Amino acid sequence: MGVEGIGARVVRKEDKRFITGKGRYVDDIKLTGMTHAHFIRSPHAHAKVKKIDSSAALKMPGVIAVLNGQQLVDDKVGNLICGWAITSKDGSPMKMGAWPAMAPETVRFVGQAVAVVIAESKNLARDAAEAVVVDYEELPAVADIHAAIKSGAPQLHPEAPGNQVYDWVIGDEGAADAAFAKAANVVKLDVTNNRLAPNAMEPRAAIADYDAAEEHFTLYTTSQNPHVARLVLSAFYNIAPEHKLRVIAPDVGGGFGSKIFIYPEEMVALWASKKVGRPVKWTGDRTEAFLTDAHGRDHVTHAEMAFDAQNKILGLKVKTYANFGAYMSLFSSSVPTYLYATLLSGQYNIPAIHAEVIGVYTNTTPVDAYRGAGRPEASYLIERLMETAARQLKVDPAQLRRTNFITQFPHQTPVIMAYDTGDFNASLDAAMKAIDYAGFPARKAKAKADGKLRGIGVSCYIEACGIAPSKAVGSLGAGVGLWESAEVRVNPVGTIEILTGSHSHGQGHETTFCQLVAERLGIPISQVSIVHGDTDKVQFGMGTYGSRSAAVGLTAILKAMEKMESKAKKIAAHALEASEADIVIENGEFKVTGTDKAIALPMVALAAYTAHNLPDGMEPGLKESAFYDPTNFTFPAGTYICELEVDPGTGKTSFVNFVAADDFGRLINPMIVEGQVHGGLVQGIGQALLEHAIYDANGQPVTASFMDYAMPRADDVPSFNLSHTTTLCPGNPLGIKGCGEAGAIGASAAVINAITDAIGKNNLEMPATPDRVWRTIHAA
Amino acid sequence: MYQTTYHRASSVDEAASLFGKSSEAKFLAGGQTLLPVMKQRLASPSDVIDLGKIKELQGVELSGDTLTIKAATTYYDIMTNADVKKAIPAIAHLTSVLGDPAVRYRGTIGGSIANNDPAADFPAALLALGATVKTNKRSISADDFFKGLFTTALEDGEIITAVSFPVPAKAGYEKMRHPASRFALTGVFVAQTKSGEVRVAATGASQSGVMRVPAIEAALKANWSPSAIDGVSISANGLLADIHGTAEYRANLVKVMAQRAVAAAG
Repeated sequence: MGVEGIGARVVRKEDKRFITGKGRYVDDIKLTGMTHAHFIRSPHAHAKVKKIDSSAALKMPGVIAVLNGQQLVDDKVGNLICGWAITSKDGSPMKMGAWPAMAPETVRFVGQAVAVVIAESKNLARDAAEAVVVDYEELPAVADIHAAIKSGAPQLHPEAPGNQVYDWVIGDEGAADAAFAKAANVVKLDVTNNRLAPNAMEPRAAIADYDAAEEHFTLYTTSQNPHVARLVLSAFYNIAPEHKLRVIAPDVGGGFGSKIFIYPEEMVALWASKKVGRPVKWTGDRTEAFLTDAHGRDHVTHAEMAFDAQNKILGLKVKTYANFGAYMSLFSSSVPTYLYATLLSGQYNIPAIHAEVIGVYTNTTPVDAYRGAGRPEASYLIERLMETAARQLKVDPAQLRRTNFITQFPHQTPVIMAYDTGDFNASLDAAMKAIDYAGFPARKAKAKADGKLRGIGVSCYIEACGIAPSKAVGSLGAGVGLWESAEVRVNPVGTIEILTGSHSHGQGHETTFCQLVAERLGIPISQVSIVHGDTDKVQFGMGTYGSRSAAVGLTAILKAMEKMESKAKKIAAHALEASEADIVIENGEFKVTGTDKAIALPMVALAAYTAHNLPDGMEPGLKESAFYDPTNFTFPAGTYICELEVDPGTGKTSFVNFVAADDFGRLINPMIVEGQVHGGLVQGIGQALLEHAIYDANGQPVTASFMDYAMPRADDVPSFNLSHTTTLCPGNPLGIKGCGEAGAIGASAAVINAITDAIGKNNLEMPATPDRVWRTIHAA
Repeated sequence: MYQTTYHRASSVDEAASLFGKSSEAKFLAGGQTLLPVMKQRLASPSDVIDLGKIKELQGVELSGDTLTIKAATTYYDIMTNADVKKAIPAIAHLTSVLGDPAVRYRGTIGGSIANNDPAADFPAALLALGATVKTNKRSISADDFFKGLFTTALEDGEIITAVSFPVPAKAGYEKMRHPASRFALTGVFVAQTKSGEVRVAATGASQSGVMRVPAIEAALKANWSPSAIDGVSISANGLLADIHGTAEYRANLVKVMAQRAVAAAG
């Protein structure tokens, strides 16, 4: 593999600038003549906007403009869109409530913008915002899923009677009914998947710069996918055609999904920069992040699983209510449908599955993809069900899983997905060995003697990543293709620039992507640069989410590399007077195999650009590009086992051990993979123990700051014991499955299974706060 | 943050004088509550008078059976002070579980008790140890100092200069941390004075702020041991309830934390 090639634990190139404070984030950028935006946001969960009086604000110092939603309408700026069309079981399309970037008539969640002040400084804009008088007529609001679907509930959108977005089904209901009819045992479970606030370290920000002479916009924004942002802003919002809009996503401090979406603020910044004729900057604060960054999860589910007398699963029935908040965010519709229900087979051979998903509007912040996006909800449900079943059937939970594992691949599930490869026994074995599963009863007994309740919890997750084959997702309603593009530029001196449509906002692409080049050409990664995040530089890209950057983005780079290498070999063969078929690339040289004849990469590159002596008919230059569309999803899978103790006096959970055995296919940089797993596990544990975005019955957020919303800290989590079992993904030439979301997908069930094992009660909702655990222990 | 005028006072007298000249001044004693509140525009003092650099407000003195902590001493300096660790290790422990490192480097004992957050740690120590709050005008016993949520006996412009603690025979503090804020979800400070008196104070529990717990005091007076509290029943009436803890849970914590504090006190 070489010291910097595939599989090497190369220290991250980008960290020098990050840890020395030299990163360049949107808020670091200052343009000449730049103005500052401050949004005026609804304090009400549901209200009519009767009147906005900006007269006093407009007279305040430094105020340039106060703009409102009616002006957006007048300028024909489009409403926000949802890019994945879902069809209800009755054949009707999903019910889209109109979402203007600033509300001209009705606000539907606390934090929705109604107007924006543009001023010479952020503080002056805030001062003036306090002088804008908005006359609201409050309307009844509803925040809870069950309350929202009751008859007589406050209605959010005239387009969506009963607050229903869709009623969608998947699977074969008749087959599921038949399976249950012959079941020896049926296991039932109700679970809530708690709503989470994503909380990327860097809040969202945007700077819009309109050039009147060129009629051209530049948008600096905190985006995971700048090309998709440009596409949507151009195609749907009437901001500017694509060739007149450059989107730059520079260093971005974390996304976790929340920066996939196009938000009102960047639309308004673009529009306002043209209106005021100067650049407009908006940087969100943490409160705005809690109120307006798309939330994650928020499902309420009833599930039943049928078993035969040998504890083999016969069938699964699931009914899920998904809270979408007040509006349908960009990819929200796909999350509880094609990213959730298609994974309900878990790692198990389940002959019949039927799932129904009912999407619901409520007066809350919109909900969309958050690390894992649908797959954590599926994995949590299935793994809680398996644990519940093991307790009910009185069998060992690990053995019950083993009894039902899929062992033959490829495997077609009843819910669309065709698993390509895997070895679920291998990861379960590895995890059980790592945690000394067999020794647990003795440890539990010893803990009991010390007054502690000890538990162990297993979670065998599977996810569909490497999102996604364009044709497949198109047939399911996606509005975009999910390929990736790359370009390899070999400079005349032999250094290399890789332009990629994948966007790095913490993932370490500037290191891992170089490692592929180092592997193939045998040159140091210092000779390679990664260029991303700028629509004027990179030809196109679908961005980073769904654990796709390596499986799809890196494969696109590989395809471009292969084209470049093929041309370079022709040049080398010509120069060395050898046959192209005899040229091999080693240590930065093109060699004639079996001889000492060689030409170094810089000389090949120089030859390509001087073009003095190229093979007949060959174009000058050494630059190739590729688009790569995956043939299937990838299926990372693994087993997490958590051992913990509960303090019966306080209900507080303390970790004893947490082991993860993941199968991610080939690893490019194991150190970066471990970092991804650590972060994902912490987010999964955060969901299980700490995090919950809560609204009161009137739609007022209760957790809009870190004083109330509990983010996991370092001392809340254990040291993790990681290992890997590997089956190479057959769907891409590098054999990569992806690792970005696994921890967040698999961890929460392991934690809750362990706590419920410790306390001997099966029903426990997330987050399992000490108060909740203590009350569960002491409940009658 | 609204515009404000920042003053760095060099003496208590100067700070008091500056306060008198300002229309709506606030003293800054670490700023771990005041500054976030100002950033959110929920407070708009015309003047902010920083007490943090006043030399006479810094330091710890141990004299006989009295430990005196000057008001602007940071939590970190208290936590690492040899006299504190020797005389009342429970205070060093309390400070070590207060907030996080960033808070401990900036926050001060004077700032904490002047703010009297109902979930702050230090009010429990003062109340249980029967401390005396020294100001630039007078001395106030802890029993008279804390007057309910965010309310103290301090008069407008009065500046805390120090807190004097009688060194106890035994003392302990145990706290269930609020998972988000790291304040006390409930914390209990137990103390046995050298004359044999038992005082127990709970923070984070009551709707009225820091409180004595007479039932636990009586039980411990009879028998200084964790098991002495087994039979004590704490009522949930009047206790705080929020998304992180019901009133019943906090009532349980008062008892459990008291037992653990006694065990820690030895």
